[in-house]
Amino acid sequence: METGTMGETGGPAWVGLPGGLLTLRRTLLVIWTVLLAVVTAVGTGLTLGPAWAVLGVFWLLVLAWGWVLLGRNWRSWRYAERADDLLISRGVLWREETVVPYGRMQLVEVTSGPLERRFGLASVQLHTAAAASDAKIPGLVPAEAERLRDRLTALGEARSAGL
Amino acid sequence: MSPAPVDGAVGPAAGPAEERRLHPFTPLRRAWVPIAATVGVLAQQGDQAGRWVADLSALLRVAALAGLVMVFGAYGFLSWWFTHYAITDTELRIRSGLLFRRTAHIRLDRLQAVDVTRPLLARLTGVASLRLDVIGTEEKDQLSFLSEKEAVALRAELLARAAGFAPEEAVRLGEAPERELLRVSPRELVVSLLLNLGIWALLVPGLTVPAVVWWLSSSPWAALVSVLPMLGAVWAGTAGRFLTEYDWRVAESPDGLRLDHGLLDRAHETVPPGRVQNVRIVEPLLWRRRGLVRVELKVAGSNNTVLVPVATRDAASAVVARVLPGVDLAALSFSGSPRTGSRWVVPVWWKGYALAVSPEVFAARHGRLCRRTEIVPHAKVQSVRFTQGPWARARGVADVHVDTGANCTVTARLRPEPEAATLLHAQAARSRTSRASARPDRWMTARPPAPETGAGAESGA
Repeated sequence: METGTMGETGGPAWVGLPGGLLTLRRTLLVIWTVLLAVVTAVGTGLTLGPAWAVLGVFWLLVLAWGWVLLGRNWRSWRYAERADDLLISRGVLWREETVVPYGRMQLVEVTSGPLERRFGLASVQLHTAAAASDAKIPGLVPAEAERLRDRLTALGEARSAGL
Repeated sequence: MSPAPVDGAVGPAAGPAEERRLHPFTPLRRAWVPIAATVGVLAQQGDQAGRWVADLSALLRVAALAGLVMVFGAYGFLSWWFTHYAITDTELRIRSGLLFRRTAHIRLDRLQAVDVTRPLLARLTGVASLRLDVIGTEEKDQLSFLSEKEAVALRAELLARAAGFAPEEAVRLGEAPERELLRVSPRELVVSLLLNLGIWALLVPGLTVPAVVWWLSSSPWAALVSVLPMLGAVWAGTAGRFLTEYDWRVAESPDGLRLDHGLLDRAHETVPPGRVQNVRIVEPLLWRRRGLVRVELKVAGSNNTVLVPVATRDAASAVVARVLPGVDLAALSFSGSPRTGSRWVVPVWWKGYALAVSPEVFAARHGRLCRRTEIVPHAKVQSVRFTQGPWARARGVADVHVDTGANCTVTARLRPEPEAATLLHAQAARSRTSRASARPDRWMTARPPAPETGAGAESGA
């Protein structure tokens, strides 16, 4: 997963997200669905009769479905640093691709919540003068997030333009 | 209190600049508002206050009134006394506040527009307020009030300094000459307001609802209350707009675009060159046959939105050509959305969507009854986005959004998918190249080197 090179001649050099984010999301999914499955099974089993405990399987189906969905969503996230702009592409059903020129960046933010920190992850958020252009790359390795921040800030200064 | 240098000639070394006060009329205005509010509150209390006032002797009554005037008069005087403004090489500084001191530093090179407004009362006393539009300024960051002459002189000086002239020169230059581009006659304005379909549509419920309410409740007051909100809307759409858009004048000067308008409250807005983020051309249904259009504009940090309230299409495109240099509205060739895909994504209304891309602008059109054409110069594009939902994907269409700095997004909806994908990257490239050749923030300074010499052209600005 080497970065920093730009395929100006060919297509953009896309970079995917590291696996940490997928692990984080899948762990959360497993915890919640298993918890709900147990609660449902025990609840219905005690109140309506032991046979109803099978309803808990519903949550296990949700788990299987969500497992696949999270995988697809994670694979769809990618970004590319080009000579003059940053590309971010995401979404499976609702696809979205954003181009933010470096010269338009007003602020680059690196955030990391408590859960993200536990899994060793950080997000990079770019702000331009337009509030609608929210460009966020979640689930990066902190070192990569900081490298990206420094590089984007440096490029933004070099190519800075007014409104 | 400051060791002020010789009057007017502040050296470029930017020492402590000369501080000035607002017009002496200001304390009167500031005191008047709380006095009126107190009297209003008392009057609203009705009986109780009336009895309380009746209990007092005549002498006490006069004393209470005098006390009220004294307290608020002192407040007005002190708030005026402690408000100063100064112009330095790079900023306008406004110091204010009695207990909580507040200093606003408004950077002149970030200036987006200058407004001089003269509300009715202020016009009678010959004063005006001046507001600098910079992103993030608040309502209180305006200079109210200055004498009219001073306001105009200050505007000229601020614009000259913002344009990049030396301070001594900025004072000497005075008001830049202007050339009138367009004037809206009262008759045109009235006709255009009468042709507003929305107002007529409001009249139907506006007449039937009170009649029904009256019939049901047999109380004329209930009917009156039910009609009030609609009357308000009709007022805002007709008389309110007439008052603000009366005698609309668009002129051009080296300082930028001048907009003067208003019947009771006069407003004079100046938008320096290269500040317009987005122009929108609105063509309501009934206006289209007469070839009338309304032109709106977006400037970052400013609340003026109208450029031309009503004009013929030719006159409007002449004005737009001055605002966005090199743009010819008639030459834009719009291409509609593909019938096969769009018909199922947005039934009926898909026909209103169209897109035109010229070397200067990105223009997207939408709406069938009221047709709106949004135009963004490539140099003002902040980011470009491509979005596509599952349904649109099945039909092979996609949307392309262009975000500008005035917090508005222009969307080209329902483009064929391969076109949208190439448009995304082509638009990013176009925005980059036209940014490199755009005018500097200080518009009278030398133009940056030609675009082919590469990036970093504006670093000195």
